[in-house]
This record gives sequence, C-alpha cells and structure tokens, in this order.
Amino acid sequence: MDAAEIHRRLREKLGNSALPEMTESEWATTEVLPAAVAEASRYLKEDPELAFDCLSNLSAVDRKSDDRIDVYYHLYSYGHRHKLTLKASCPRLDPVLPTVSTIWPIGDWLEREAFDLMGVNFVGHRDLRRLLMPEDWVGHPLRKDFVEPEEYHGISTRRESLLKL
Amino acid sequence: MSTTSVEIGLERETPAGLETEEMTLNMGPQHPSTHGVLRFVVKADGEIMRRAIPDIGYLHRSIEKISEKVGYHGFMPYTDRVDYVSAMQCNQGWAMACEALAEIEVPRRGEYCRVIACEFGRIASHLISVGATGMDIGAFTPFTHALREREKINDILEELCGARLTFNYMRIGGCAWDIPPGFIRRATAFLDKFEPLIDEYNELISFNKIYTERMGNVAPVSPEMAIAYNLVGPNLRGSGVKYDVRTDEPYSVYPEFDFEVPIGEGKMGALGDCWDRYMVRMDEMKESCKILRQALGGLPEGPVVAKVGRTFKPPAGEAYVRVEGSRGDMGWFVVSDGTAFPVRTHIRTGSYSAMAIVEELSQGLMIADLIAVIASLDIVAPEVDR
Repeated sequence: MDAAEIHRRLREKLGNSALPEMTESEWATTEVLPAAVAEASRYLKEDPELAFDCLSNLSAVDRKSDDRIDVYYHLYSYGHRHKLTLKASCPRLDPVLPTVSTIWPIGDWLEREAFDLMGVNFVGHRDLRRLLMPEDWVGHPLRKDFVEPEEYHGISTRRESLLKL
Repeated sequence: MSTTSVEIGLERETPAGLETEEMTLNMGPQHPSTHGVLRFVVKADGEIMRRAIPDIGYLHRSIEKISEKVGYHGFMPYTDRVDYVSAMQCNQGWAMACEALAEIEVPRRGEYCRVIACEFGRIASHLISVGATGMDIGAFTPFTHALREREKINDILEELCGARLTFNYMRIGGCAWDIPPGFIRRATAFLDKFEPLIDEYNELISFNKIYTERMGNVAPVSPEMAIAYNLVGPNLRGSGVKYDVRTDEPYSVYPEFDFEVPIGEGKMGALGDCWDRYMVRMDEMKESCKILRQALGGLPEGPVVAKVGRTFKPPAGEAYVRVEGSRGDMGWFVVSDGTAFPVRTHIRTGSYSAMAIVEELSQGLMIADLIAVIASLDIVAPEVDR
C-alpha cells in the first residue's frame, strides 16, 4: 500500500487527531497529536491490511528553536513490505507521550533510551528507568541546552591540556 | 542426630514440587565470555534462570552527541567505533544517510568498492562470531582457525585503506581510495583458499555431536517474537524469516549480484534455536564469497567518489536509511537543519534489539545456556551502547 493511502486511512480512523499534511519520501512522514499515538499505533499494527508488525526505530529530536521535541516512529511491515514514519510533537518543557511498548515489545528499550537521553516521558511504560546513563545522572544529555557537569563523583570532566591527565 | 533440610525449614514441599529460594547472581561486566562489557543480573532458582536482566551502558561513548559537534565529514571515523568488529557497514550507513539527505549519487566503481569492502567485513565479523561461539561453550580450536583467516582479511582490508580494524574507508559520495594494483588477484586467491575452509569448519564444529547437543533446541525464537522484538539480520533469518535488506530493500549495487539468503530450518531441534542462528552465519559467509567473486570480476571503470564539497551542508530534512550490517539491519536516522552540523543522529543497531530480547528469552533456561544465547545472538557491546 502506498503512503498516501495509509495516510488517508489513518485520517479516516483518527479524524482530526491525524494532521492533514504528509511529507513524501521513502519513509513518508505523517504526524499525529501526542495523545493519539497509542491509538494510531494500535490501529496501524492490528489492521490486517496495514499490519505494521515491526517498530524499526524510535528517535526523539530536540527542536529547541521551535520549543518542541519531535518523536519519530519508523514502522515497517514484514508482511506487506511497506513503511511509514509516525511523528508526534510535544512541548519541550513537558514532553509526554503514551507508551507503545505494549504494542511493540522493542518499544520498551527504545522508550527508555528516549527518556534517558532526551527526557521524554512515556505514560504507561512498565519500567521507565535510565538505560544508557548511570542511574544517578542529572539531566538529559541529548537536549540542546544540556550543560556538561564539571565533575562526576569527584572525577573531573575538564582537563587543562589534552596531554595532561 | 542428623537434621534434614526439611526439618530446619530450608525447603518447603509445594504441590508443584520443591520450591527453593531465589538467588540473585551478577554476571559481568568483565566476564571473559560476554563479548565486551556487558552485565546481567540473573535471578535463578538453582541452575534454572527465572530471568536474566541485561544492564547496559558500560560502553556508552555518546557517539550520537559527538556527531552534533563534529559535522558530517568529521563523523566518519567515529562510525567505525559503533561496531568495531565490522566497521565497514557502519561507514556505509553514515555515508548513505548523508547521501540521502543531499541526494548525492555515488559512482558505480565507488559502489563496487563499497560492496567489496563490506562483504570482506561481513566474513571477518562472522568468523569472529562463529569462532567465539565455539569458544564460549568450550571448543577452543575453531576460534584459532577462524582468527587465522580473519587476519588474512585484515591484511586485504589494510591494503584497501591502511587500517585493520577502524577503517574510515568510505566518504560521503563514495570511497576514500581506489583499489591498489594487484588487489583483485590477491583477493581472489584468498577466496579460492577460504571457500573450502568453510566446509572444514562445518566438519570440525557445526555438526559435531557435542556442539549440536549444546546449541540445538536452546532458546528458540519464533518468527513472530523475532519481528516483535525487531530482531534483525542473521538472528531474524535464524528464526526462518527470509529477509535481508540487501535483497528486500535493495541499496547500492546489490541487485546486480546473484546470491541466496540462508535461513534457519530447525535442523537440530526447534526452529530459531541457537544452532540455527549460528548456522545462518556459516552459510552467509559462502554467499558473501559469491558476491565478492562477482564484484571483483565485474569492477567497472571510473571514479570512486563523487564531487562533494569540503563544507557539507545538506538541505534541511530527515533521512532514515537501513543497511545490512554483519549483525543485521542497521538504521541510521539523521536530521539536518541546513547547517554543517546534524541536529540529531540516531543509530539503531542489530545488537541493541538482540540484547533487548534476552530478558524474555532467558526465562527457564539453564545459567550455562545464557552464554550460548549471547554468543548465538552475536551481541557486540559497543554496538548496543554506542
């Protein structure tokens, strides 16, 4: 199925929660409102003609100049061999999205990573902990305004010269 | 008077049998057979695991953040470190993502050089994987044989780009160097020698009774579970899903070559068990040899790199490309805002999903089998953490 048809069906199912614009490319991007992400995902996975059985990737992008965080879900269907990028924008101050880890199990780790590095909260996730950074780390390092700490547990992160320890 | 354990209350009879206390074990992060710095928290009941919880992040080098500081060209050497066991495909993933952003076409000779480099990289990586799998479960000799051949591949790749591990061979728009004189002859000579050796390895270990007993029927992954967890590459094909990015979502010049996509068939027990995943890698090395012969034989003339400016400023937009790395489909997501530095780079790797499935896969297995599972999933720690 081509991306325009998938987009039309998604609009039909979700109404105004799915935005009318679509970016044409190999992984065509269609945007939905943050609150509708779980419903859209469930529909895309469970409808037999769409059958997006694989969450290929989940990336959060900090758009600081626009004051929002975009989350991209790259979906793939092994049965039909079609692909789609689902996008949701949330405010930078309080990014909250419903979890998709109950729909695609790999979402569990991908959401933990997005929480860890970008500070996106996924409501309904069974265990939203840091994945890559240490548990006691402060802040979310992939945010554009993240400031590298001076030290971590007494270990300095600064060096006068690269040649000196 | 002797006291039995029942009398002192250590064991309790339950309708289901003997119930014993749950034990929490720590495995790693520096364990000789965990393929890098990995850690598992194992909840076990005697020898049987309730589950093994992976704890990752020990090799997190913030490669994605670095890309935002060094720019598009400057990031190429860092991609080598994403998966240092097969760095060529990481090079290609990054180059292809940038080319997709800026709509650059790679010259045909450049594409052929990439294919040659990547397929040699794939054989080298699979050799490490199958050798290490044997060593992890107690067979030391195959590892030495595998590494011997890998050294020769390292020599060949060193001729190509001057490095043996972190190649930094590709550039946005093609490759850094053309193949040196005499390369085709030497590479073909290697293939002539190497191809019969695959059968020798199979005789030595793959169909060895001890080995098949140890690997067969252990931790089978159903095709549905594999897709739900986004297992990719040999792990996915081991579960019987015939899917390879090179043939199903063709990129580069792969459609011009004739090769098979081996899948697991459950020959040694259940479909998608450790042996199936292992065997797919063995068969894939043969297919890589086939591709290499065709690529070396049909190398077109021309330049190896397209004209790309020193300051590379792709138009604003996003690109998500996938390449078939040695550990499967690698996803490279790049966001550009029109400046010389990417806004965001995200690398979704094969080992990442392989690691994510361990918690569910380990339930009810013996502790010793966890090693076989990690080895058969071919987890490379730096690729998980990036």
